[in-house]
Amino acid sequence: MTTKANYDNLVVINNLTFKRGDRVIYDDISLVIPKGKVTAIMGPSGIGKTTLLRLIGGQIRPESGQILFAGKDIPKLSRKELYETRKRMSMLFQSGALFTDMSVYDNIAFPIREHSNLPEAIIEKIVLMKLEAVGLRGARDLQPNELSGGMARRVALARSIALDPELILYDEPFAGQDPISMGVIVRLIRSLSDALGLTSVVVSHDVPEVMSIADYIYIIAEQKIIGQGTPEQIMQDDSALVKQFVQGEADGPVPFHFPAPGYQQELVKGTAIGALANVTQGDK
Amino acid sequence: MQQLQLLGRNTLALISGLGRAVIVLLSALLHTPNPRKGLPLLFAQLYSVGVMSLVIIVVSGGFIGMVLALQGYTILVGYGAEASLGPMVALSLLRELGPVVSALLFAGRAGSALTAEIGLMKATEQLSSLEMMAVDPLRRVIAPRFWAGFISLPLLAAIFSMVGIFGAHLVGVDWLGVDGGTFWSVMQDQVDFNKDILNGIIKSVVFAFVITWIAVYKGYDCEPTSEGISRATTATVVQSSLLVLALDFILTALMFA
Repeated sequence: MTTKANYDNLVVINNLTFKRGDRVIYDDISLVIPKGKVTAIMGPSGIGKTTLLRLIGGQIRPESGQILFAGKDIPKLSRKELYETRKRMSMLFQSGALFTDMSVYDNIAFPIREHSNLPEAIIEKIVLMKLEAVGLRGARDLQPNELSGGMARRVALARSIALDPELILYDEPFAGQDPISMGVIVRLIRSLSDALGLTSVVVSHDVPEVMSIADYIYIIAEQKIIGQGTPEQIMQDDSALVKQFVQGEADGPVPFHFPAPGYQQELVKGTAIGALANVTQGDK
Repeated sequence: MQQLQLLGRNTLALISGLGRAVIVLLSALLHTPNPRKGLPLLFAQLYSVGVMSLVIIVVSGGFIGMVLALQGYTILVGYGAEASLGPMVALSLLRELGPVVSALLFAGRAGSALTAEIGLMKATEQLSSLEMMAVDPLRRVIAPRFWAGFISLPLLAAIFSMVGIFGAHLVGVDWLGVDGGTFWSVMQDQVDFNKDILNGIIKSVVFAFVITWIAVYKGYDCEPTSEGISRATTATVVQSSLLVLALDFILTALMFA
Protein backbone atom coordinates (compact mmCIF):
# COMPACT_ATOMS: atom_id res chain seq x y z
CA MET A 1 0.00 0.00 0.00
CA THR A 2 1.41 3.36 -1.02
CA THR A 3 0.64 6.62 0.74
CA LYS A 4 -3.06 7.01 1.25
CA ALA A 5 -4.14 9.78 -1.06
CA ASN A 6 -6.51 12.24 0.48
CA TYR A 7 -9.62 12.32 -1.64
CA ASP A 8 -12.16 15.06 -1.17
CA ASN A 9 -14.65 12.97 -3.03
CA LEU A 10 -14.72 9.38 -1.85
CA VAL A 11 -16.84 8.24 -4.78
CA VAL A 12 -16.74 9.77 -8.24
CA ILE A 13 -19.04 8.57 -11.00
CA ASN A 14 -18.21 9.65 -14.53
CA ASN A 15 -20.47 9.23 -17.57
CA LEU A 16 -22.17 6.13 -16.22
CA THR A 17 -24.54 4.27 -18.49
CA PHE A 18 -26.38 1.20 -17.29
CA LYS A 19 -28.94 -0.93 -19.08
CA ARG A 20 -31.06 -3.79 -17.86
CA GLY A 21 -31.88 -5.80 -20.95
CA ASP A 22 -32.98 -3.20 -23.46
CA ARG A 23 -34.18 -0.77 -20.82
CA VAL A 24 -31.85 2.13 -20.10
CA ILE A 25 -31.67 2.74 -16.34
CA TYR A 26 -28.96 5.42 -16.36
CA ASP A 27 -28.01 7.44 -19.37
CA ASP A 28 -24.58 9.04 -19.07
CA ILE A 29 -24.83 10.37 -15.51
CA SER A 30 -22.00 11.85 -13.45
CA LEU A 31 -21.99 12.62 -9.75
CA VAL A 32 -19.62 12.88 -6.79
CA ILE A 33 -20.00 11.74 -3.19
CA PRO A 34 -17.97 14.08 -0.96
CA LYS A 35 -15.99 12.56 1.88
CA GLY A 36 -17.44 12.82 5.38
CA LYS A 37 -20.81 14.11 4.18
CA VAL A 38 -24.30 12.68 3.87
CA THR A 39 -25.28 12.58 0.22
CA ALA A 40 -28.82 11.66 -0.72
CA ILE A 41 -29.99 10.16 -3.98
CA MET A 42 -33.70 10.77 -4.43
CA GLY A 43 -36.21 9.98 -7.08
CA PRO A 44 -39.47 8.15 -7.71
CA SER A 45 -39.54 4.39 -7.06
CA GLY A 46 -38.52 2.13 -9.85
CA ILE A 47 -35.88 4.36 -11.41
CA GLY A 48 -33.04 2.21 -10.11
CA LYS A 49 -31.79 4.04 -7.05
CA THR A 50 -30.84 0.76 -5.43
CA THR A 51 -29.13 -0.19 -8.67
CA LEU A 52 -26.80 2.76 -8.17
CA LEU A 53 -25.74 1.39 -4.78
CA ARG A 54 -25.14 -2.04 -6.28
CA LEU A 55 -23.02 -0.43 -8.98
CA ILE A 56 -20.91 1.36 -6.36
CA GLY A 57 -20.58 -1.92 -4.45
CA GLY A 58 -19.45 -3.69 -7.60
CA GLN A 59 -22.27 -6.25 -7.53
CA ILE A 60 -23.24 -5.32 -11.07
CA ARG A 61 -21.20 -3.84 -13.87
CA PRO A 62 -22.19 -0.78 -15.90
CA GLU A 63 -22.44 -0.63 -19.68
CA SER A 64 -19.86 2.14 -19.74
CA GLY A 65 -18.41 4.83 -17.52
CA GLN A 66 -16.21 5.04 -14.44
CA ILE A 67 -17.11 4.42 -10.80
CA LEU A 68 -14.15 5.55 -8.72
CA PHE A 69 -13.99 4.60 -5.05
CA ALA A 70 -10.98 6.28 -3.41
CA GLY A 71 -9.43 6.51 -6.87
CA LYS A 72 -10.02 2.86 -7.85
CA ASP A 73 -12.28 2.11 -10.78
CA ILE A 74 -14.68 -0.44 -9.29
CA PRO A 75 -15.86 -2.15 -12.53
CA LYS A 76 -12.24 -2.73 -13.60
CA LEU A 77 -11.05 -4.34 -10.37
CA SER A 78 -10.18 -8.01 -10.22
CA ARG A 79 -12.29 -10.22 -7.96
CA LYS A 80 -9.66 -10.15 -5.27
CA GLU A 81 -9.19 -6.38 -5.36
CA LEU A 82 -12.94 -5.90 -5.35
CA TYR A 83 -13.29 -8.01 -2.19
CA GLU A 84 -10.45 -6.05 -0.58
CA THR A 85 -12.14 -2.76 -1.48
CA ARG A 86 -15.50 -3.95 -0.12
CA LYS A 87 -13.98 -4.27 3.32
CA ARG A 88 -13.88 -0.47 3.37
CA MET A 89 -17.57 -0.03 2.60
CA SER A 90 -20.81 -1.49 3.84
CA MET A 91 -24.41 -1.48 2.81
CA LEU A 92 -27.62 -1.33 4.79
CA PHE A 93 -30.18 -3.33 2.86
CA GLN A 94 -33.82 -2.37 2.79
CA SER A 95 -34.84 -5.72 4.26
CA GLY A 96 -32.01 -5.61 6.79
CA ALA A 97 -30.75 -8.92 5.35
CA LEU A 98 -29.87 -10.31 8.78
CA PHE A 99 -28.66 -13.90 8.79
CA THR A 100 -31.70 -15.80 9.97
CA ASP A 101 -29.71 -18.67 11.46
CA MET A 102 -27.77 -16.47 13.90
CA SER A 103 -28.67 -14.43 16.97
CA VAL A 104 -28.48 -10.64 16.96
CA TYR A 105 -25.12 -10.84 18.70
CA ASP A 106 -23.65 -13.29 16.17
CA ASN A 107 -24.98 -11.26 13.27
CA ILE A 108 -23.01 -8.23 14.38
CA ALA A 109 -19.96 -10.27 15.33
CA PHE A 110 -20.00 -12.00 11.93
CA PRO A 111 -18.07 -9.42 9.86
CA ILE A 112 -15.56 -8.94 12.69
CA ARG A 113 -14.95 -12.69 13.01
CA GLU A 114 -14.63 -13.03 9.23
CA HIS A 115 -12.09 -10.28 8.74
CA SER A 116 -10.05 -10.20 11.91
CA ASN A 117 -8.42 -12.56 14.35
CA LEU A 118 -9.49 -10.61 17.41
CA PRO A 119 -10.06 -12.62 20.58
CA GLU A 120 -13.68 -13.23 21.53
CA ALA A 121 -13.42 -10.92 24.56
CA ILE A 122 -12.63 -7.92 22.36
CA ILE A 123 -15.24 -8.88 19.77
CA GLU A 124 -17.81 -8.90 22.56
CA LYS A 125 -16.87 -5.36 23.57
CA ILE A 126 -17.13 -4.10 19.97
CA VAL A 127 -20.49 -5.80 19.46
CA LEU A 128 -21.89 -4.35 22.67
CA MET A 129 -20.69 -0.86 21.69
CA LYS A 130 -22.39 -1.13 18.31
CA LEU A 131 -25.59 -2.43 19.89
CA GLU A 132 -25.52 0.38 22.44
CA ALA A 133 -25.25 2.89 19.59
CA VAL A 134 -28.54 1.66 18.11
CA GLY A 135 -30.15 1.24 21.53
CA LEU A 136 -30.57 -2.53 21.36
CA ARG A 137 -27.99 -3.86 23.80
CA GLY A 138 -30.85 -5.65 25.57
CA ALA A 139 -31.72 -7.55 22.40
CA ARG A 140 -28.38 -9.31 21.99
CA ASP A 141 -29.72 -12.83 22.50
CA LEU A 142 -32.82 -12.52 20.34
CA GLN A 143 -33.15 -14.28 16.99
CA PRO A 144 -33.88 -12.16 13.88
CA ASN A 145 -37.42 -13.59 13.62
CA GLU A 146 -38.18 -12.20 17.08
CA LEU A 147 -37.40 -8.62 16.04
CA SER A 148 -39.86 -6.05 14.75
CA GLY A 149 -39.13 -4.46 11.37
CA GLY A 150 -37.70 -1.35 12.96
CA MET A 151 -35.49 -3.29 15.35
CA ALA A 152 -34.22 -5.50 12.52
CA ARG A 153 -33.21 -2.42 10.57
CA ARG A 154 -31.35 -1.04 13.58
CA VAL A 155 -29.54 -4.35 14.17
CA ALA A 156 -28.60 -4.34 10.49
CA LEU A 157 -27.26 -0.83 10.92
CA ALA A 158 -25.17 -1.95 13.89
CA ARG A 159 -23.81 -4.79 11.77
CA SER A 160 -22.96 -2.50 8.88
CA ILE A 161 -20.86 -0.26 11.14
CA ALA A 162 -19.20 -3.21 12.91
CA LEU A 163 -15.96 -2.84 10.99
CA ASP A 164 -16.00 0.99 10.99
CA PRO A 165 -16.24 1.35 7.20
CA GLU A 166 -15.37 4.53 5.34
CA LEU A 167 -18.53 4.48 3.27
CA ILE A 168 -22.01 3.33 4.16
CA LEU A 169 -24.64 2.83 1.48
CA TYR A 170 -28.17 3.09 2.86
CA ASP A 171 -30.89 1.52 0.73
CA GLU A 172 -34.22 3.15 1.62
CA PRO A 173 -33.42 3.36 5.35
CA PHE A 174 -36.71 5.12 6.15
CA ALA A 175 -39.10 2.95 4.14
CA GLY A 176 -41.75 1.26 6.24
CA GLN A 177 -40.50 2.55 9.60
CA ASP A 178 -42.66 3.76 12.44
CA PRO A 179 -41.96 7.36 13.54
CA ILE A 180 -39.82 6.29 16.49
CA SER A 181 -37.52 3.97 14.52
CA MET A 182 -37.41 6.61 11.85
CA GLY A 183 -36.21 9.18 14.37
CA VAL A 184 -33.57 6.80 15.71
CA ILE A 185 -32.25 6.03 12.24
CA VAL A 186 -32.25 9.66 11.12
CA ARG A 187 -30.27 10.62 14.21
CA LEU A 188 -27.86 7.70 13.78
CA ILE A 189 -27.04 8.46 10.17
CA ARG A 190 -26.37 12.09 10.99
CA SER A 191 -24.28 11.37 14.07
CA LEU A 192 -22.21 8.66 12.38
CA SER A 193 -21.26 11.21 9.80
CA ASP A 194 -20.60 14.04 12.27
CA ALA A 195 -18.83 12.07 14.98
CA LEU A 196 -16.85 9.53 12.97
CA GLY A 197 -16.50 11.35 9.66
CA LEU A 198 -18.20 8.50 7.83
CA THR A 199 -19.27 9.10 4.26
CA SER A 200 -22.91 8.20 3.76
CA VAL A 201 -25.00 7.67 0.66
CA VAL A 202 -28.72 7.58 1.37
CA VAL A 203 -31.06 6.35 -1.30
CA SER A 204 -34.60 7.35 -0.45
CA HIS A 205 -37.82 8.92 -1.58
CA ASP A 206 -38.88 10.24 1.82
CA VAL A 207 -38.54 13.96 1.22
CA PRO A 208 -38.77 15.43 4.75
CA GLU A 209 -36.33 12.95 6.34
CA VAL A 210 -33.80 13.39 3.57
CA MET A 211 -34.11 17.17 3.72
CA SER A 212 -33.38 17.04 7.43
CA ILE A 213 -30.13 15.06 7.26
CA ALA A 214 -28.58 15.39 3.81
CA ASP A 215 -25.70 17.73 3.07
CA TYR A 216 -26.18 17.38 -0.66
CA ILE A 217 -28.99 15.93 -2.72
CA TYR A 218 -29.21 14.47 -6.21
CA ILE A 219 -32.62 13.92 -7.73
CA ILE A 220 -32.76 11.29 -10.44
CA ALA A 221 -35.64 10.73 -12.83
CA GLU A 222 -35.96 9.52 -16.38
CA GLN A 223 -32.39 8.12 -16.49
CA LYS A 224 -30.85 11.51 -15.73
CA ILE A 225 -29.96 13.71 -12.80
CA ILE A 226 -32.69 16.33 -12.93
CA GLY A 227 -31.65 18.40 -9.95
CA GLN A 228 -28.91 18.72 -7.36
CA GLY A 229 -27.83 20.95 -4.52
CA THR A 230 -28.08 21.46 -0.80
CA PRO A 231 -31.55 20.95 0.71
CA GLU A 232 -32.14 24.74 0.57
CA GLN A 233 -31.18 24.91 -3.09
CA ILE A 234 -33.43 21.97 -3.90
CA MET A 235 -36.37 23.67 -2.17
CA GLN A 236 -35.76 26.79 -4.27
CA ASP A 237 -35.32 24.84 -7.50
CA ASP A 238 -37.52 26.19 -10.30
CA SER A 239 -37.58 23.13 -12.50
CA ALA A 240 -41.10 21.73 -12.72
CA LEU A 241 -39.86 18.17 -12.36
CA VAL A 242 -38.01 18.84 -9.11
CA LYS A 243 -40.94 20.83 -7.74
CA GLN A 244 -43.34 18.04 -8.48
CA PHE A 245 -41.17 15.53 -6.66
CA VAL A 246 -40.31 17.63 -3.62
CA GLN A 247 -43.86 18.82 -3.12
CA GLY A 248 -45.34 15.45 -3.87
CA GLU A 249 -47.86 16.43 -6.53
CA ALA A 250 -49.63 13.54 -8.19
CA ASP A 251 -49.46 14.86 -11.71
CA GLY A 252 -46.90 16.98 -13.51
CA PRO A 253 -43.93 16.38 -15.78
CA VAL A 254 -43.78 12.87 -14.29
CA PRO A 255 -47.25 11.87 -15.38
CA PHE A 256 -49.70 10.31 -12.92
CA HIS A 257 -50.73 7.81 -15.57
CA PHE A 258 -48.59 4.94 -16.73
CA PRO A 259 -48.57 5.16 -20.55
CA ALA A 260 -51.89 3.73 -21.77
CA PRO A 261 -54.34 4.09 -24.66
CA GLY A 262 -57.12 6.66 -24.31
CA TYR A 263 -59.33 6.09 -21.25
CA GLN A 264 -62.61 6.64 -23.06
CA GLN A 265 -61.59 4.41 -25.93
CA GLU A 266 -60.56 1.55 -23.66
CA LEU A 267 -63.74 1.67 -21.57
CA VAL A 268 -66.11 1.54 -24.50
CA LYS A 269 -64.02 -0.85 -26.60
CA GLY A 270 -65.95 -3.76 -28.12
CA THR A 271 -69.40 -2.43 -27.13
CA ALA A 272 -72.10 -0.96 -29.31
CA ILE A 273 -71.38 2.45 -27.81
CA GLY A 274 -67.72 1.81 -28.56
CA ALA A 275 -68.42 1.13 -32.19
CA LEU A 276 -70.53 4.25 -32.23
CA ALA A 277 -67.78 6.23 -30.49
CA ASN A 278 -65.24 5.00 -33.04
CA VAL A 279 -67.53 6.05 -35.84
CA THR A 280 -68.14 9.50 -34.38
CA GLN A 281 -64.42 9.87 -33.73
CA GLY A 282 -63.71 8.84 -37.27
CA ASP A 283 -66.08 11.53 -38.42
CA LYS A 284 -64.16 14.26 -36.67
CA MET B 1 -41.44 -20.47 -37.46
CA GLN B 2 -42.47 -19.72 -33.92
CA GLN B 3 -41.61 -23.24 -32.83
CA LEU B 4 -38.17 -22.90 -34.38
CA GLN B 5 -37.69 -19.68 -32.45
CA LEU B 6 -38.81 -21.39 -29.25
CA LEU B 7 -36.42 -24.28 -29.85
CA GLY B 8 -33.54 -21.87 -30.39
CA ARG B 9 -34.38 -19.88 -27.29
CA ASN B 10 -34.69 -22.99 -25.13
CA THR B 11 -31.41 -24.38 -26.41
CA LEU B 12 -29.62 -21.12 -25.69
CA ALA B 13 -31.15 -20.98 -22.20
CA LEU B 14 -30.06 -24.56 -21.56
CA ILE B 15 -26.49 -23.93 -22.67
CA SER B 16 -26.08 -20.68 -20.75
CA GLY B 17 -27.63 -22.35 -17.69
CA LEU B 18 -25.09 -25.17 -17.94
CA GLY B 19 -22.33 -22.62 -18.25
CA ARG B 20 -23.50 -20.75 -15.17
CA ALA B 21 -23.78 -24.02 -13.25
CA VAL B 22 -20.18 -24.92 -14.10
CA ILE B 23 -18.97 -21.45 -13.09
CA VAL B 24 -20.83 -21.61 -9.78
CA LEU B 25 -19.36 -25.02 -8.99
CA LEU B 26 -15.82 -24.13 -10.00
CA SER B 27 -15.71 -20.83 -8.16
CA ALA B 28 -17.17 -22.49 -5.07
CA LEU B 29 -14.68 -25.34 -5.02
CA LEU B 30 -11.47 -24.04 -6.58
CA HIS B 31 -9.80 -22.23 -3.73
CA THR B 32 -7.53 -23.14 -0.89
CA PRO B 33 -9.78 -24.08 1.99
CA ASN B 34 -9.34 -22.57 5.42
CA PRO B 35 -9.83 -25.52 7.81
CA ARG B 36 -10.31 -23.33 10.88
CA LYS B 37 -13.35 -21.62 9.39
CA GLY B 38 -14.39 -24.25 6.87
CA LEU B 39 -14.62 -27.36 9.03
CA PRO B 40 -17.24 -26.07 11.50
CA LEU B 41 -19.36 -24.98 8.52
CA LEU B 42 -18.95 -28.39 6.89
CA PHE B 43 -19.89 -30.25 10.07
CA ALA B 44 -23.00 -28.13 10.53
CA GLN B 45 -24.07 -28.98 6.96
CA LEU B 46 -23.16 -32.68 7.32
CA TYR B 47 -25.59 -32.71 10.22
CA SER B 48 -28.47 -30.99 8.46
CA VAL B 49 -27.95 -32.71 5.08
CA GLY B 50 -26.73 -36.15 6.16
CA VAL B 51 -27.79 -36.94 9.71
CA MET B 52 -31.24 -35.44 9.24
CA SER B 53 -31.79 -37.75 6.22
CA LEU B 54 -30.99 -40.86 8.25
CA VAL B 55 -34.55 -41.63 9.38
CA ILE B 56 -36.07 -41.70 5.89
CA ILE B 57 -33.12 -43.75 4.58
CA VAL B 58 -33.23 -46.34 7.36
CA VAL B 59 -37.00 -46.79 7.28
CA SER B 60 -37.16 -47.04 3.47
CA GLY B 61 -34.16 -49.37 3.37
CA GLY B 62 -35.80 -51.69 5.86
CA PHE B 63 -39.08 -51.88 3.98
CA ILE B 64 -37.45 -52.32 0.58
CA GLY B 65 -35.40 -55.21 1.93
CA MET B 66 -38.46 -56.83 3.46
CA VAL B 67 -40.49 -56.50 0.25
CA LEU B 68 -37.60 -57.87 -1.82
CA ALA B 69 -37.36 -60.93 0.41
CA LEU B 70 -41.10 -61.51 0.31
CA GLN B 71 -41.36 -61.18 -3.47
CA GLY B 72 -38.14 -63.10 -4.10
CA TYR B 73 -39.12 -65.96 -1.82
CA THR B 74 -42.49 -66.60 -3.53
CA ILE B 75 -40.76 -66.83 -6.91
CA LEU B 76 -37.67 -68.76 -5.82
CA VAL B 77 -39.55 -71.29 -3.71
CA GLY B 78 -41.37 -72.50 -6.85
CA TYR B 79 -38.03 -73.71 -8.19
CA GLY B 80 -36.81 -74.91 -4.81
CA ALA B 81 -34.17 -72.20 -5.04
CA GLU B 82 -34.96 -70.30 -1.84
CA ALA B 83 -31.32 -70.79 -0.82
CA SER B 84 -30.50 -68.05 -3.36
CA LEU B 85 -32.65 -65.52 -1.52
CA GLY B 86 -29.63 -64.02 0.27
CA PRO B 87 -27.55 -63.21 -2.82
CA MET B 88 -30.63 -62.10 -4.76
CA VAL B 89 -31.53 -59.51 -2.15
CA ALA B 90 -27.93 -58.43 -1.56
CA LEU B 91 -27.13 -58.01 -5.25
CA SER B 92 -30.30 -56.07 -6.02
CA LEU B 93 -29.62 -53.75 -3.13
CA LEU B 94 -25.89 -53.25 -3.61
CA ARG B 95 -25.96 -52.87 -7.37
CA GLU B 96 -29.23 -51.03 -7.96
CA LEU B 97 -31.73 -50.25 -5.29
CA GLY B 98 -29.31 -49.00 -2.66
CA PRO B 99 -27.67 -46.30 -4.77
CA VAL B 100 -30.76 -45.42 -6.83
CA VAL B 101 -33.52 -45.36 -4.23
CA SER B 102 -31.40 -43.60 -1.65
CA ALA B 103 -30.44 -41.03 -4.32
CA LEU B 104 -34.11 -40.41 -5.16
CA LEU B 105 -35.00 -40.06 -1.48
CA PHE B 106 -31.99 -37.81 -0.93
CA ALA B 107 -33.04 -35.55 -3.81
CA GLY B 108 -36.48 -35.17 -2.27
CA ARG B 109 -35.34 -34.77 1.33
CA ALA B 110 -31.98 -32.94 1.21
CA GLY B 111 -31.79 -31.57 -2.36
CA SER B 112 -35.06 -29.68 -2.12
CA ALA B 113 -34.13 -28.33 1.33
CA LEU B 114 -30.78 -27.07 0.04
CA THR B 115 -32.38 -25.30 -2.92
CA ALA B 116 -35.09 -23.72 -0.81
CA GLU B 117 -32.65 -22.58 1.85
CA ILE B 118 -30.19 -20.99 -0.59
CA GLY B 119 -33.04 -19.49 -2.63
CA LEU B 120 -34.53 -17.91 0.46
CA MET B 121 -31.15 -16.53 1.46
CA LYS B 122 -30.99 -14.94 -1.97
CA ALA B 123 -34.53 -13.56 -1.78
CA THR B 124 -33.89 -11.98 1.62
CA GLU B 125 -30.67 -10.36 0.30
CA GLN B 126 -28.51 -12.41 2.67
CA LEU B 127 -26.27 -13.51 -0.22
CA SER B 128 -25.90 -9.91 -1.45
CA SER B 129 -25.20 -8.80 2.06
CA LEU B 130 -22.41 -11.38 2.38
CA GLU B 131 -20.90 -10.10 -0.86
CA MET B 132 -20.97 -6.53 0.42
CA MET B 133 -19.24 -7.69 3.61
CA ALA B 134 -16.47 -8.99 1.37
CA VAL B 135 -17.39 -12.60 2.14
CA ASP B 136 -17.85 -14.73 -0.96
CA PRO B 137 -21.21 -16.52 -0.67
CA LEU B 138 -19.99 -19.19 -3.08
CA ARG B 139 -17.31 -20.22 -0.62
CA ARG B 140 -19.19 -19.49 2.56
CA VAL B 141 -22.64 -20.83 1.65
CA ILE B 142 -22.36 -23.01 -1.45
CA ALA B 143 -19.10 -24.89 -0.88
CA PRO B 144 -19.86 -26.45 2.55
CA ARG B 145 -23.34 -27.48 1.38
CA PHE B 146 -21.95 -29.09 -1.75
CA TRP B 147 -19.30 -31.06 0.10
CA ALA B 148 -21.78 -32.14 2.76
CA GLY B 149 -24.13 -33.58 0.13
CA PHE B 150 -21.28 -35.19 -1.77
CA ILE B 151 -19.98 -36.94 1.36
CA SER B 152 -23.37 -37.86 2.84
CA LEU B 153 -25.12 -39.67 0.01
CA PRO B 154 -22.62 -42.54 -0.53
CA LEU B 155 -22.68 -43.20 3.22
CA LEU B 156 -26.47 -43.06 3.29
CA ALA B 157 -26.62 -45.47 0.33
CA ALA B 158 -24.37 -47.93 2.18
CA ILE B 159 -26.58 -47.70 5.27
CA PHE B 160 -29.65 -48.19 3.07
CA SER B 161 -28.28 -51.46 1.61
CA MET B 162 -27.19 -52.72 5.01
CA VAL B 163 -30.55 -52.08 6.64
CA GLY B 164 -32.24 -53.60 3.58
CA ILE B 165 -30.29 -56.83 3.96
CA PHE B 166 -31.25 -57.07 7.62
CA GLY B 167 -34.87 -56.41 6.63
CA ALA B 168 -34.66 -59.26 4.15
CA HIS B 169 -33.17 -61.49 6.83
CA LEU B 170 -36.06 -60.63 9.12
CA VAL B 171 -38.66 -61.65 6.53
CA GLY B 172 -36.80 -64.47 4.76
CA VAL B 173 -35.17 -66.25 7.69
CA ASP B 174 -37.18 -65.30 10.77
CA TRP B 175 -40.61 -65.33 9.16
CA LEU B 176 -40.56 -67.52 6.03
CA GLY B 177 -38.08 -70.05 7.39
CA VAL B 178 -35.15 -69.95 4.97
CA ASP B 179 -32.08 -71.41 6.68
CA GLY B 180 -30.06 -68.60 8.26
CA GLY B 181 -26.66 -70.18 7.61
CA THR B 182 -27.51 -70.69 3.95
CA PHE B 183 -28.82 -67.12 3.67
CA TRP B 184 -25.51 -65.62 4.81
CA SER B 185 -23.02 -68.10 3.33
CA VAL B 186 -24.48 -68.17 -0.18
CA MET B 187 -24.63 -64.36 -0.07
CA GLN B 188 -20.97 -64.20 0.97
CA ASP B 189 -20.07 -66.61 -1.78
CA GLN B 190 -21.93 -64.79 -4.54
CA VAL B 191 -21.23 -61.13 -3.78
CA ASP B 192 -17.96 -59.85 -5.20
CA PHE B 193 -16.34 -56.82 -3.63
CA ASN B 194 -15.07 -55.14 -6.80
CA LYS B 195 -17.91 -56.05 -9.10
CA ASP B 196 -20.83 -55.46 -6.79
CA ILE B 197 -19.94 -53.35 -3.78
CA LEU B 198 -17.42 -51.04 -5.40
CA ASN B 199 -19.59 -50.43 -8.47
CA GLY B 200 -22.51 -49.57 -6.20
CA ILE B 201 -20.36 -47.08 -4.33
CA ILE B 202 -19.20 -45.51 -7.60
CA LYS B 203 -22.82 -45.12 -8.64
CA SER B 204 -23.79 -43.36 -5.45
CA VAL B 205 -20.75 -41.07 -5.66
CA VAL B 206 -21.85 -40.01 -9.15
CA PHE B 207 -25.44 -39.48 -7.99
CA ALA B 208 -24.26 -37.47 -5.00
CA PHE B 209 -22.25 -35.17 -7.25
CA VAL B 210 -25.15 -34.63 -9.65
CA ILE B 211 -27.87 -34.10 -7.05
CA THR B 212 -25.96 -31.68 -4.83
CA TRP B 213 -24.65 -29.76 -7.80
CA ILE B 214 -28.17 -29.29 -9.17
CA ALA B 215 -29.54 -28.43 -5.72
CA VAL B 216 -27.02 -25.71 -4.85
CA TYR B 217 -27.00 -24.26 -8.37
CA LYS B 218 -30.79 -24.07 -8.59
CA GLY B 219 -30.92 -22.28 -5.27
CA TYR B 220 -28.15 -19.87 -6.17
CA ASP B 221 -29.56 -19.13 -9.61
CA CYS B 222 -33.25 -18.94 -8.69
CA GLU B 223 -35.41 -15.91 -9.21
CA PRO B 224 -35.55 -14.24 -5.77
CA THR B 225 -39.33 -14.40 -5.33
CA SER B 226 -41.55 -16.91 -3.57
CA GLU B 227 -42.68 -18.21 -6.95
CA GLY B 228 -39.09 -18.46 -8.16
CA ILE B 229 -38.04 -20.46 -5.10
CA SER B 230 -40.91 -22.90 -5.48
CA ARG B 231 -40.05 -23.37 -9.16
CA ALA B 232 -36.37 -23.92 -8.34
CA THR B 233 -37.19 -26.47 -5.62
CA THR B 234 -39.43 -28.42 -7.97
CA ALA B 235 -36.80 -28.27 -10.69
CA THR B 236 -34.19 -29.67 -8.32
CA VAL B 237 -36.28 -32.71 -7.42
CA VAL B 238 -37.52 -33.38 -10.97
CA GLN B 239 -34.23 -32.83 -12.77
CA SER B 240 -32.03 -34.67 -10.31
CA SER B 241 -34.43 -37.64 -10.11
CA LEU B 242 -34.55 -37.96 -13.88
CA LEU B 243 -30.79 -37.57 -14.21
CA VAL B 244 -30.22 -40.21 -11.52
CA LEU B 245 -32.37 -42.72 -13.41
CA ALA B 246 -30.76 -41.93 -16.76
CA LEU B 247 -27.24 -42.05 -15.35
CA ASP B 248 -28.07 -45.30 -13.59
CA PHE B 249 -28.87 -46.89 -16.93
CA ILE B 250 -25.63 -45.63 -18.49
CA LEU B 251 -23.52 -46.69 -15.51
CA THR B 252 -25.17 -50.12 -15.36
CA ALA B 253 -24.51 -50.60 -19.05
CA LEU B 254 -20.85 -49.69 -18.57
CA MET B 255 -20.37 -51.80 -15.44
CA PHE B 256 -22.36 -54.95 -15.92
CA ALA B 257 -23.12 -55.33 -19.64
